Amino acid sequence: MKRIQAVFARLQAQGRKALIPFITAGDPDPALTVPLLQTLVRAGADIIELGVPFSDPMADGPTIQRASERALAKGVSLRQVLGLVRDFRAADQETPIVLMGYANPIEAMGVEAFAAAAGDAGADGVLVVDYPPEEGIDFAHTLRRHGLAPIFLLAPTSSAARIAQVGALAGGYIYYVSLKGVTGSAALDVAAVAARIPDIRARTGVPVGVGFGIRDAATAAAVAKIADAVVVGSRIIEEIEQSVPAQACANVLALVAEIRRGMDAATSTSGGTTWAG
Amino acid sequence: MAMHAHDLPDASGHFGPYGGIFVAETLITALAELNEAYAVARHDPQFVAEFEYELKHYVGRPSPVYHARRWSELLGGAQIYLKREDLNHTGAHKINNCIGQALLARRMGKPRVIAETGAGQHGVATATVAARYGMTCVVYMGAEDIRRQAANVYRMKLLGASVVPVNSGSRTLKDALNEAMRDWVTNVSDTFYIIGTVAGPHPYPMMVRDFQSVIGRESIAQMHEHCARQPDAVIACVGGGSNAMGIFHPYLPFEGVRLIGVEAAGEGLTTGRHAASLTAGRPGVLHGNRTYLLQDENGQIIETHSISAGLDYPGVGPEHAWLKDSGRAEYVSVSDVEALQAFHDLCRLEGIIPALESSHALAYAGKLAPTLGKDRILLVNLSGRGDKDMHTVAEKSGIKF
Repeated sequence: MKRIQAVFARLQAQGRKALIPFITAGDPDPALTVPLLQTLVRAGADIIELGVPFSDPMADGPTIQRASERALAKGVSLRQVLGLVRDFRAADQETPIVLMGYANPIEAMGVEAFAAAAGDAGADGVLVVDYPPEEGIDFAHTLRRHGLAPIFLLAPTSSAARIAQVGALAGGYIYYVSLKGVTGSAALDVAAVAARIPDIRARTGVPVGVGFGIRDAATAAAVAKIADAVVVGSRIIEEIEQSVPAQACANVLALVAEIRRGMDAATSTSGGTTWAG
Repeated sequence: MAMHAHDLPDASGHFGPYGGIFVAETLITALAELNEAYAVARHDPQFVAEFEYELKHYVGRPSPVYHARRWSELLGGAQIYLKREDLNHTGAHKINNCIGQALLARRMGKPRVIAETGAGQHGVATATVAARYGMTCVVYMGAEDIRRQAANVYRMKLLGASVVPVNSGSRTLKDALNEAMRDWVTNVSDTFYIIGTVAGPHPYPMMVRDFQSVIGRESIAQMHEHCARQPDAVIACVGGGSNAMGIFHPYLPFEGVRLIGVEAAGEGLTTGRHAASLTAGRPGVLHGNRTYLLQDENGQIIETHSISAGLDYPGVGPEHAWLKDSGRAEYVSVSDVEALQAFHDLCRLEGIIPALESSHALAYAGKLAPTLGKDRILLVNLSGRGDKDMHTVAEKSGIKF
């Protein structure tokens, strides 16, 4: 959790925004995960969301489901994902890793055992897609006891009361889902997102990241002007999917570096935003 | 006041540790809206009257209870009665729930309905009510199930529905459910998701149970007419568990009535090729609720097998999970081979072609009856008719049309 706070503090001082790429652990092969994570850092990632493969990723679109299926075909388990985090952390003590996945693999391992192992491996936050605040209160407290930030989603449909409810539990940052739909859906409406961000920031007191539908440097740049962080997932997975394994890192580097440049160009011309707390 | 088993779920949708709302934030508002609309509708006399009118005049309810005399005599023990949901319009119990949810969709101003389907019965029932109420209908169906249930796919198309094949995962019911959820989250403003079983996030398990409870309420009155008493046991097959929940729920306060759910043991519980979530699974979270699931040691959902597509599901409704733990209901399992035998027995002895799903309940009744005296009574929910299964049964018997 501390690493996440440090990243946002540093970026705020620099007047820059966080770039948060997402990849699925073990896709296309567990041996490529740590090199890909290191590539993302070199390309300018500030925080990385690492997907834990699940057989039934209901909130994801076909691209991330295929990534999950490729990882599961290689037998990647939650314990193995934590091992990959540990390997990455041995060489990088700065870049926060947020684990993103579904409840069942965590419950199968045991919530307490998972939180202890994730903290121990060097993870910084956890986002469980199917633990909304209604079902995620105990889990959020367990994460905090192990120094992990409980990351929650908010959606365009979330009410003011709900934003406050999420804000009371959330740590690290809030992940604002920028459109109705699943990951990898059509492009987002920047103006509609811009209208919601100040309210969310005011009611939650944590930085707001925006994701779902960000597919290129131009959109990332537009979102960087209004939010604290930009999350890019399906587009990167597509790049990995379309690359021969030997080229995957080089292709991902080019793609993510371009997004980084777009964001930095956009924020260098506009004033930085601030958030409470 | 003591909390009785039949007072559940609680306000947040929990049946003890089961049920709940395990969905992404994107669906929370839609579920809250549904929950509010249903809370008002279920107590609105006009809504209830409309639902009952449709059940009577469109579905053909009440469905009869029939004494399977020849089969009972042959078995030589308890008397077996059949609740004839197979005689409903569209041939199964699924239509009861679809009418309830479609009326609610209309009340909520949603012109488009979507559904997932396994055997195709729920898809056909949804397509039917969509045609009846002039709604657009999209049905998600696993590619493997489309192959197994070609006739039902054609029926849905005749009724004006679009059938979307699902090629992800195991290409069966669970994958169709994932896909339908994705559609709903994308089109939530004009779309109502008609879930076909007593699973999914709150309020679905409660709402589907309520709409299906007409089966149990009628049974109580009809058994009284036939026998002047209630059965010793009520037996129903359990996949997701909607026909079982529909007949069990009104019987919950009748403590002398055993409630027996029959799961699909497929090729046998020891082979790993089965769909017996309650018998062989562990609690976990899938499709919006906490319940018993068939999963591997890493929490990945495993592929299930049953001769009957309608039971081929790795989860089960959360209220069944609760009834199992609380001991109010018992859950057993029956193999493909045993279900097929019961299918043939009912065809030849009673002139009724049962669905392969319902044949699981029949098979267990066929095992239980001979162990009981002739004055004992078993009520089996014959949840659907077997016309859709001709192809599967013929294939098993080495017959080609």
